[in-house]
Amino acid sequence: MDLYKRIVKAKIFIDDNYASPLNLDRLSDEACFSKYHFLRLFKRVYNKTPYQYLSERRIEKAKEKLKFEGLKVSEICEEIGFESTTSFSLKFKEHTGETPAIFRLRAMQTLQMAKEKPDHVIPSCFATQFSSED
Amino acid sequence: MITRLSHYSIYVLDQDQAYDFYVNKLGFEVVTDATMDNGFRWLTVRPKDQKDTEIVLMPVKAGHMFDEQTAAQMRDLIQKGKLGAGVFETNDCRATYEELKAKGVEFKSEPKEQFYGTEALFKDNSGNWFSLTSHAKK
Repeated sequence: MDLYKRIVKAKIFIDDNYASPLNLDRLSDEACFSKYHFLRLFKRVYNKTPYQYLSERRIEKAKEKLKFEGLKVSEICEEIGFESTTSFSLKFKEHTGETPAIFRLRAMQTLQMAKEKPDHVIPSCFATQFSSED
Repeated sequence: MITRLSHYSIYVLDQDQAYDFYVNKLGFEVVTDATMDNGFRWLTVRPKDQKDTEIVLMPVKAGHMFDEQTAAQMRDLIQKGKLGAGVFETNDCRATYEELKAKGVEFKSEPKEQFYGTEALFKDNSGNWFSLTSHAKK
C-alpha cells in the first residue's frame, strides 16, 4: 500500500501545483522513486503519463476560469502555467474540440440559460413533478 | 429501442453538501445547476471521463414528490446506509482508495481482490454506499 500512497502523493502534488513548471525530476522526488520507476508506476496506475495528467489538469482549470472568471484568454494561459497563448489554445482545442473563446461563449450561454430560464434545462418530467402542488 | 441510460438519480440529504462531496472530493464535474422559481434545484454531475451520463443529486424534501412521512422514511433509509446506489469504476482501486481516504471519504471496506477485480466500498456524505471497482488487468 505504501507504493500507492507515494504515487497518489505525486498526483495530488500535480493537482495542487499545476500552474508551476513541473518536471519528471520534481515529481519523482515527490513520490520518492527513481524517474523511470515513477513514470512506469504512474502510467500503470492512471493509464497516462504524469505530463498527460498535468496537461489535463491545466485544461480543466482553464475551463473553470473561462466559465467563471472574467479574465482574458492570455491571462488564463499565464495563470495555469502555459508558456504561450498559441500553445494553450492548441492544447485546449485538442482536449475539448473547441477554442477557448468558443468554449467560453457556449458555457456562458448555458449558465445564463440555467439562471434565467431553468425550465429550458430541466427535463420537463422533473420540472412538472416539482412544480405541481399536492 | 432504448440505447442508453442518460440520467440516474441519487437521493441526497443536502444538495450543497452533496455538491461538495461529488465535485470536490470525488472530482466529478457539474453538468447542470439550475434552480426553479419554486426553489427546486436541478443539480447533475458526472465523472469527467463519462460524458454521456448525468447523475442527478436529488433532494429528499417533504413537499412535492414526497409527503412528510415518505421523506422521513427516505432520509432514515439513506442515513442508515440501506441504499446502495451503484458501482463506480476506476483504473486502479488501491490508488483511488488512498486518494479518496486522504480527502476524507468514509470507506466501509478496504480494497479487496474479487473475481472481477479489486473492490472497496465507500459512502457519500448522505449515507449512500457505492462499490469502487477496478477490473482485473488482462
